[in-house]
Amino acid sequence: MKTATIATVATAACGSLACSCSSKKAGISEKVKLLSPDGEIVEIDSAYLNHQEHMAIVSKLEAREGIAGKKFVMVVDLALCKNARKCITACQKWHYRPEETEWLTVKLLKDSDKGAPYWFPKQCFHCDNPPCVKVCPVDATYKRQDGIVLIDNDRCIGCKFCMAACPYSTRVFNWDEPDLSFDIKDLAYNPETGIPAKVGTVEKCDFCPDRAREGLLPPCVEACPNGVFYFGDENEDTVTNGSETVSFTQLIKDRAGYRYMEELGTKPRVYYLPPKDRQFPVERGYENLDSNIKKRFEDIMEPGKNSKK
Amino acid sequence: MELNSYQQQAFNHQRPFLEKFGKWNWLLTFFFIAWIIAGLYALYLQIAYGHGVTGMRDNVVWGLFIVNFIFFIGLSYAGAIIAGILHLLKLPLGKPIVRLAQMMTIISIVVGPIFILLCVGRFDRLHHLFIYPRIQSPMTWDVMAVLTFFVGAVLFLYIALIKDLAVYRDAGLKGPKWRQWLYKTLSIGYRGGASQKRHLIISQNLLAIIMIPLSIIVASILSWIFGMTLRPGWHSTIFGPYFVLGSLYSGTGVLIVAMWYYRKSHKLENYITDQIFRYMGYAMMVLAAGYGYFTFSEYFTAWFGSEKWDSELIHKLFSPGEYGWWTLFANLAGIILPITIVAIPATRKTNWITAAALIMVIAMWVKRYLIIVPTLETTLLPMQDTRTEYVKYSATWPEWLLTGAGLASFFLFFLLMSKFVTVVPVSGLEETNHKHVHESMPVKKEDIQPA
Repeated sequence: MKTATIATVATAACGSLACSCSSKKAGISEKVKLLSPDGEIVEIDSAYLNHQEHMAIVSKLEAREGIAGKKFVMVVDLALCKNARKCITACQKWHYRPEETEWLTVKLLKDSDKGAPYWFPKQCFHCDNPPCVKVCPVDATYKRQDGIVLIDNDRCIGCKFCMAACPYSTRVFNWDEPDLSFDIKDLAYNPETGIPAKVGTVEKCDFCPDRAREGLLPPCVEACPNGVFYFGDENEDTVTNGSETVSFTQLIKDRAGYRYMEELGTKPRVYYLPPKDRQFPVERGYENLDSNIKKRFEDIMEPGKNSKK
Repeated sequence: MELNSYQQQAFNHQRPFLEKFGKWNWLLTFFFIAWIIAGLYALYLQIAYGHGVTGMRDNVVWGLFIVNFIFFIGLSYAGAIIAGILHLLKLPLGKPIVRLAQMMTIISIVVGPIFILLCVGRFDRLHHLFIYPRIQSPMTWDVMAVLTFFVGAVLFLYIALIKDLAVYRDAGLKGPKWRQWLYKTLSIGYRGGASQKRHLIISQNLLAIIMIPLSIIVASILSWIFGMTLRPGWHSTIFGPYFVLGSLYSGTGVLIVAMWYYRKSHKLENYITDQIFRYMGYAMMVLAAGYGYFTFSEYFTAWFGSEKWDSELIHKLFSPGEYGWWTLFANLAGIILPITIVAIPATRKTNWITAAALIMVIAMWVKRYLIIVPTLETTLLPMQDTRTEYVKYSATWPEWLLTGAGLASFFLFFLLMSKFVTVVPVSGLEETNHKHVHESMPVKKEDIQPA
């Protein structure tokens, strides 16, 4: 039992690791040196340490500055999206968001009367000229050097000015006390993890900076069965959808990539590849939807249905 | 403090209203307090259960609270402009209503900001506005504007009150001791000496000169909370002047109604004369025309240019299934009606003008609603949301209760203040016989012939 106590002390000291004292793992061998709260170096067995997701791994200041040398960028291939909604569930699971809160959502757009409808995944665009950041009175939402726009929910006063200012309606508000699951309730809040959610504050897609620090792709990118999302670093000029890694500039050049509503001057960091030579008929994403989600797209998919009332 | 016979007469007339707090006043006070308590209950719900108890949701993030905020704070700015102009022009005719304009200023600048606080999700973090201020944000500009204006308005009212406070002090009014003490302290030993008089006049002039442009600036800043965003109907260059004019216009209406009420309840017919009503009616008519012109320009350019989102908004505002009837009401009752009532000599009467003003004020409140809510319901990307409360805003009863409480506190402050100071300022009041002059002076021919 003594070792277990030490492990707890050590956990508290390093902050990014959690202990799992209940189950001892087989094959104990590796020892880890950690700093205890008393300033002592203690050596404990690595089996007592368990890496846990969503523990704040950086300070608030670092979460404000961002990852040095990076410039995150996303490319969304509209030709590949069939509204499988796997990205949405993965996002909600990772961020512990309830089902109705979609940081990432898939819209059905139809650019003109004669135009063909297409699925349009939309997350925060992490604009380089962000209208939301401009209007925040307390610097609770900010732009980082790595291009990410984050929200500090410890500072947000809930004035909702950023929500009114965002032309893409990306942000969501915690109107009621969020229903937090047991495992995240007591976690230390950090803007990079965005967990736990707080009532009366604003939140949105954060490009998963905590995962980026570990070299992982955002869950939406990983979960997409069709490789719609490419995520990467503009400085390195590479983006990947998990299975193929390509040059960002080449991809934008070859596929005529564009930014949504460029004319607003917000300079988004999310690029879209036009829905040309589509892999799936648009109906594929409509037919098997739950009825309440299906209803969202009825106006476009079944125009006659509601017009007769 | 010495008063001339006319001023003494005005004071003696109003004296009983300062000394007595009749049954009717108690009844009203309790009524308003009950209303405020009901509002506090709604506030408790909102704090305990989050903003989910309101009708606001992710698309329409602002509702009744912001509408009330704009409305009340607009009254405040208007009061300061009107009082400032009346003071600087030194019109004897305006003197009896300056006090009311200033009361409106100070009361609305207290009531208005309460509503923006109600709209804030985290009450407990308001100090963040001061410890993490971000100067780029129009919200920060507005915090500074409101606070600056508040200080200015308090000073403006107070400086203008000093002479009267000295009168009340010297009159030995019946009533509680603390009030006598308050009069004594607040009148800071004013006796009406030459040097005192000079200082007071200079301060008053300066404050009037400061308050007029300040009101214009702060009203514009208020408009920029909306104008600076990229939303249809808000992102407009005329929003600053539009809000200034809207404030002044609705403020004129509220002032006319307040004049009417106090004239009736305090029997002030000799001071707040029909002539003042007529002149205020003219002011209201001119402002109505100006506001109508701005509204027309807004709608006409949006409709004619017919950009995608502008058209969507215009369609919402003008189709009967959505906001069409409200738009019609706001423009008929808010613009056409006051112009008509004042333009026709037969209805250019005190009661008619007041009725038109009252209806116009309500219409102007509706107009603010039409500025805020339909724009928020017009998102640039299609909403594609099946949750009806997210698509269309409808205010919930806690919001209405709090709106009622705000209105009740507005009335309550008026009631209490009119028990502490006279509604018509007595010092500096001048006898106005304009009506008499008008009628007795024959119109000379060369007066009406062009030069």
